[in-house]
Amino acid sequence: MNDILDALLRALAFGTPLLLASLGAIVNERAGVVNLGVEGMMALGALAGFAVAYGGGMGGNLWLAVLAAMLVGAVAALLHAFVTITLRANQFVSGLSLTLLGLGLSGLLGKKFEGFPLFNQPPQWPFTVGAIVLAVVLGGVLQFTRVGLTLRSVGENPAAADVLGLNVGLVRYAAVAVGGALAGLAGAYLSLVYRPSWTDGMTAGLGWIAVALVIFVGWSPLRAVFGSVFFGLLYYLQFRLQGQSPVPTEVFSAMPYVLVIVVLGIAGLRGQQGAAPEALGQPYTRGER
Amino acid sequence: MRFVQLSSPGRWRPLWVSLSALVVALVIAGAVFALYGVSPLEAYGSMFSGTLLSAQGRAEVLRRAAPLLLTGAGLTLAFRAQFFNIGAEGQILLGAVFAGGVALFVPVPAPLMVPAIFVAGFVGGALWALLAAWLRSRLRVNEILSTLMLNYVATSLVVYLISGPWKGQNVRGFIYTDDFPASAQLATLPGTQVGIATLVLGVLLAAGLQLLLSRSTRGFELRVVGENPGAARYAGISAWRVTLLVALLTGGMAGLAGVGEVAGIQHKLLEPSQISLGYGFTAIIVAWLARGNPLLCIVTALLMGVILAGGDVLKIDLNMPYRITDVFSGIILFTLIASEVFVRYRLKVGR
Repeated sequence: MNDILDALLRALAFGTPLLLASLGAIVNERAGVVNLGVEGMMALGALAGFAVAYGGGMGGNLWLAVLAAMLVGAVAALLHAFVTITLRANQFVSGLSLTLLGLGLSGLLGKKFEGFPLFNQPPQWPFTVGAIVLAVVLGGVLQFTRVGLTLRSVGENPAAADVLGLNVGLVRYAAVAVGGALAGLAGAYLSLVYRPSWTDGMTAGLGWIAVALVIFVGWSPLRAVFGSVFFGLLYYLQFRLQGQSPVPTEVFSAMPYVLVIVVLGIAGLRGQQGAAPEALGQPYTRGER
Repeated sequence: MRFVQLSSPGRWRPLWVSLSALVVALVIAGAVFALYGVSPLEAYGSMFSGTLLSAQGRAEVLRRAAPLLLTGAGLTLAFRAQFFNIGAEGQILLGAVFAGGVALFVPVPAPLMVPAIFVAGFVGGALWALLAAWLRSRLRVNEILSTLMLNYVATSLVVYLISGPWKGQNVRGFIYTDDFPASAQLATLPGTQVGIATLVLGVLLAAGLQLLLSRSTRGFELRVVGENPGAARYAGISAWRVTLLVALLTGGMAGLAGVGEVAGIQHKLLEPSQISLGYGFTAIIVAWLARGNPLLCIVTALLMGVILAGGDVLKIDLNMPYRITDVFSGIILFTLIASEVFVRYRLKVGR
């Protein structure tokens, strides 16, 4: 019994960054913008968070660190917003460039932080509990409030939203920025809580799993909680079972990625991708269809 | 400020737009150098002299251009058909694995070995891409995510093989296979690591694909599916068949690049990051820069070859982390797609 509880708690710890990042992605995708740059924004957030918290070894301010990570994530996301919303570039390629750029910049500028431990490590629970509360609140906001309605209508039918007097571009910019801030926060969780240090490539594909998770949970914040615990459990098992079973280690390291594909396949079979916002991935220009 | 559509964009406009985007990218990358504490002029000077001004540097450029050309030319088809294959990295690895399997374990007569490993590599890369194509067509799995995930799976597969069942008999401690037999080692330009076979194959296939795109019915179908899926359906073009063809060619060509890397340079199967130096991702830029024209990839692959080789020079001369090439690639890709709007529109200030 204790084992199961322990496994669940560990799964929550592993799942927290996934939940945070996918909640962010849900917000921008509900407004019609896909951002494949999650992995890059997470890496930038992780570095910004660590750099501020480390504060040159003197012990920086943790709150400021979290804030810096969110800010950096949001700024990076705004780059994606400008290129895709204002300049109407391909959202998928733009997101991919953001990932390349984010991983590259964080690796480059983070070089001087490599290998230093963080002494003032924050506790894990505010992040985990906060993420779950955020999921519940976000679910409510999307479902029941005017803000949620605005967001959804911009993602489902931007032309109609425009006719109703909503500023489609502005709403999308804001949604993308929120998505980036949450991805940055997910990164800060990694570098402050989960593994209180900075290493190049420490996001290890989690950003991509978060992107897939969004499709898996059908763009629902509440279901994202269960989805991220599920993937968290897989990560936990990967470490737990390593070297203890005749199965080669590489099978476990490939498992999350294989599962993303399987899970997307199942979602496809069930027709869940029909739940995607109508205008997802499409730029909007007034007077054009 | 707003965009005004040009009624008749000039023929050379795409070229000027792309070149301007590149210049902007170099300026932004220069700012990153400055931020890192390296003088941009010194960095660019060292990149330039270390790649184009020395014979060894030019060889390094060609060494990288060969896999980029093969992979990038294939990817132009994928992007023309709106099949967003970003899994070339994994397809390169699978090509290397299949070629390695044949070279190490299949008793092929020596004269037939080279064709055999190229065929095997093509099949390996193609299978990896076809899996994603099948998932997209039958189960509506987004190919961006599936091809990307398959990259990670391919990495694990290679590590498993070289540390487990395929680990070399005479290798202690390290993880890699035995050397390929001499019959499976490709010729290189004397004194360099430039594969002759991959370079020639790259140019020939790029030209072939250009013909396929512009002159054949299949190529026409491919363009219609990419540009106007609705019209394609109405005209009775099978999108499924087009997707399969594209996956076959694009994955297969990435597989050929993988063959070149293991059989031409390394002569064994080894760690994934040493088989491909990120060619799968850089090839996306090669294809995008060429604006979907396979033949133009000859130019863009050389250009990206300069940037990758230049990144290596920076690592050694200025002691910069290898991530500098990712920064370059990210910035170039960003400015390129951001500039696309200016091919058909111009900016008008005021109302």
